[in-house]
Amino acid sequence: MKRWMLALLLLIGANFAAPVLQDGAKAAAVEGSFADPVQEARARTLQRQLRCLVCQGQSIDESNAPLAADLRGLVRQQIADGRSDDQIKDYLKARYGDFILMQPPLEQATWLLWLAPFLVLGAAGGVAWLAVSRARKAAASLDSQNITNL
Amino acid sequence: MIGELGQLSLCFALALSLVMANAGILGAQPANDTARRIAHGAAMGFFVFIVLAFGALTFAYLQSDFSLRTVAENSTTAQPLIYKISAVWSNHEGSMLLWMLVMALYTGAIAIAGRGGPRITAAALGVMGLLAAAFLLFILFTSSPFLRFDPTPFEGAGLNPLLQDPGAAMHPPMLYFGYVGLSASFAYAAAALIVGLPDSEGWARAARPFMLTAWITLTCGIALGSWWAYYTLGWGGFWFWDAVENASLMPWLIATALLHSALATEARGAFRTWTLLLAIGGFSMSLIGTFLVRSGAITSVHTFASDPTRGLFILILIALAVGGALALFAWRAPSLQGGAAFEPVSRETMLLLNNVFLIASCAAVFVGTLYPLALDAMTGQKITVGPPYYAITFAPIFFALLALVPLGPRLAWRKGNLKEAMKPLYPALGVAAIAVIAVLAIASPKSLAGAGAFAMAGWLLGTSVIEIRKRRGARMAGFAAAIAHAGLAVSLLGIAGTTVWRSEALAVVGAGDRLAVGPYTLRFNGISNVDGPNYQGRRAAIDLMDGDKVTATMRPEQRIYTAEGQDVSVTAIRTTGLRDLYLALGDDRGNGRWTLRAYVSPLAPLIWLGALVMALGGALSLAGRLRVRAPEPKAAAPVLAQAAE
Repeated sequence: MKRWMLALLLLIGANFAAPVLQDGAKAAAVEGSFADPVQEARARTLQRQLRCLVCQGQSIDESNAPLAADLRGLVRQQIADGRSDDQIKDYLKARYGDFILMQPPLEQATWLLWLAPFLVLGAAGGVAWLAVSRARKAAASLDSQNITNL
Repeated sequence: MIGELGQLSLCFALALSLVMANAGILGAQPANDTARRIAHGAAMGFFVFIVLAFGALTFAYLQSDFSLRTVAENSTTAQPLIYKISAVWSNHEGSMLLWMLVMALYTGAIAIAGRGGPRITAAALGVMGLLAAAFLLFILFTSSPFLRFDPTPFEGAGLNPLLQDPGAAMHPPMLYFGYVGLSASFAYAAAALIVGLPDSEGWARAARPFMLTAWITLTCGIALGSWWAYYTLGWGGFWFWDAVENASLMPWLIATALLHSALATEARGAFRTWTLLLAIGGFSMSLIGTFLVRSGAITSVHTFASDPTRGLFILILIALAVGGALALFAWRAPSLQGGAAFEPVSRETMLLLNNVFLIASCAAVFVGTLYPLALDAMTGQKITVGPPYYAITFAPIFFALLALVPLGPRLAWRKGNLKEAMKPLYPALGVAAIAVIAVLAIASPKSLAGAGAFAMAGWLLGTSVIEIRKRRGARMAGFAAAIAHAGLAVSLLGIAGTTVWRSEALAVVGAGDRLAVGPYTLRFNGISNVDGPNYQGRRAAIDLMDGDKVTATMRPEQRIYTAEGQDVSVTAIRTTGLRDLYLALGDDRGNGRWTLRAYVSPLAPLIWLGALVMALGGALSLAGRLRVRAPEPKAAAPVLAQAAE
C-alpha cells in the first residue's frame, strides 16, 4: 500500500514542479500592470481583498465592470505613489465604507459575526461534554449492576 | 387548454394533499386502518396529478406555447430541445413545480415502501401532505406557471444564456432531490414525535434511505453547481461563498451531521432527541436556503424574478413548519428520551464530536450569509462577508473535523480503545508525513497551508485504504463510509492544489503572440466568427506549443445571445485529469487584439471527483440498505464484491 501511496503522491507532485517557460512570450501586458513582479503581486493581492461595489460578491480583481476597472486603476496608482497596503485600504474604506472590504473588520457592529461560529462551537462542545458525562454515569451504573454483556 | 389542464391538476393535487394530511395524521392512531388506506390512496392520487401538471408544463415548453407567460419569458422556438426542457425549471414558477414533482416522488416512495410500520408511514404521509398543501398554495397564489399571456407573442424572450448549459440544466433537479429529500426525513422525524414510543423506535432506520438519497443528491448538486461556476464564470474559481452557494451548503452540513447522528440512534438508541432535532434542522436549512434564493433578499443568477410577497409567503411557511415541528418536539421529545450509556472513548463520542464540528461550521456559513442582511436591516450599515471570513472561521473548524474522521469508524460502540484503534492507522500517519515532505520539497511556492492540507488528505486517504482492505467482504456500511471519507480527501487535494498553487497570466494578445502560463506556452492565432442556433459567437484559436510544434488547439469563445442580448464567455479547458489549463477570452481591444486570461490549476478536477467519490460512498451505503429488503440478495452481491477489490 505504501508503494501505491508513494506513486500517487509522485503523480500528484509532478503537477507542481512547474518551471515557467518564457520562450518568446511576446504578449503585451494589460495596460497599467507593473513591470516589477513584487508590485504586481501586491496589486493583485489587494485587488482580491476589495469588493466590486456593483457586482454580486466579486472582487475587483475578477470583475469586468467598468467601476472595478476604475478601482483597479486607483489601487495601482496608490501603489505607484508608494502607499502601504493598509493606507490604501483605509483610503478606500473612508470613501466607500466597510462594504468594499472582502474581509469585514472586527468592530462593534461585527464582533458577533466573528465570534458566533466559535461561540456555537463552544456551546455545542459543552452540550456534548454534558451528554458524554451523563452517558458515562449511566454506563458506570449499568456496570455496577453487573450487566456487562451489552 | 394545456395550461388549464395543468392548473386544474394542481388544484386536484392540493385537495388530495389536504386529504392526505388529514387521513395521515388520523392514521397515526393505533387502530385507524381506514384512515391509513385513505392516506395511501390520496398519496397515489397526489403523485399522479403532480406528474400530470409537470407533464403539462413540459409539453407547453416543447410546443413553444407562448400563450403561457412562463414559456414566453423563458423559451424561444430556436432554443435547443434540451434547453426547452431545462427551461421548465430554470425560472421561479417552474422550479417550484419541479420541487412539487420531487416531493410527489418522495411521497409515493414513502407510501409504497411503508418503512417503519403502518403508523409511522401514515404520520409521515400526513406531514408530507401538510407540506405539499403549503407549497401548492404558494404556487397557486403567488407563482403559478400556467398563467396566460395576452396578447400571445410570436417569439419568447428566451432562457438566460448562462443557464443554457448541461451543468446548469442538471443542477436544480439534483439540488431539489436533496432539499426535498430532507423534507422526507423531516416528515419521518415529525411522524416519530406524533406516534411516540414504542412504535417510533424504528424511525431512523425507516428514514435512512431518504436521508441518504438527500445527501447523495445534495452532494452531486453542490458539486455540479461549483463545476458550472468554474467553467462558466471565467475566473478559474470554483467556490465564491456566494449566498446562494451557502444556501445549498448549509443543508448539506446538517444532513451530514444527521446521517452520522442517526447511525448512533439506529444502532444504539443513543441521541434519539438530538437526531430528531437534526432532521428538523436539516429541512429548516433547506427552507431558509429557498427563502434566501427566492425572496430577493440576495441577488444572483438564481433570483429569477424576485417578489416580496413570495418572500413573505416562504417566511410564513418557514415559521409554520419549523415552529410547528419545534413545538411538537418540545411537547413530545421528553417522552422519547432514552438514556444512552457509553464511555468517553467510544464511537458514540466520536459521532457527537462530528456533530459539534459540523454544527459549528454550519453556524459559520449561516452567520456569514445572514449577518450582513440583518445588520443592513437593523442599522443600515453595509458590510461584505467575503472569502477571507470563511477562511478564518469555517476552514479551521472543518479542518479539525477532518482530523477526527478516520478514528470514528475504528472505535467500538459503547467502549472503545484508542490505542488499539490507532495501531493499524500508523502507516497513514507515515503517508501524511511523506505528503508534507514531498509538498515542501517539490511544490513552489512553498506553502504551509498547502502542506497541511496535503498531510490531512494523506491521513484521510491512507486510513481509508487501510479501512477498505480490512473491510473487504465485511458489512457494506463500513466500506461505504471509508469510500465517502476518501472522497473528502480527494476534494481536499483539489481545493488545496487550486487555491494555493494556481498560476495565471493576463495579457493583451494579437495574432501570433505568445503567452506563457505555468509550464505551458500558448500562441494566439486570431478570432473567427461562429453562428450558433440562438447566438453569435467569436471564437479564438489558441495553440498549445511545444517549442515550435503545435500540440493542441484550444478555442475559448465570447457569445452574444441574440434574443436576450447578453454576453457569455465560454471557457476552454484542457485537463490531464490532475491539472487544468483554463482559457477565457476577455474583451476586444481593437485591431484584432483581445485580452486573454489563462490559468493553470493543479489538481482542480479532484475537487469534483472527490464529491463524486463521496456520493459513490453514499450510494453504496444506500445499496447496502436496500439490499436487505430485496428479494434476491445474491444478484447484487458479486458486483459489490468486485467493487471492494
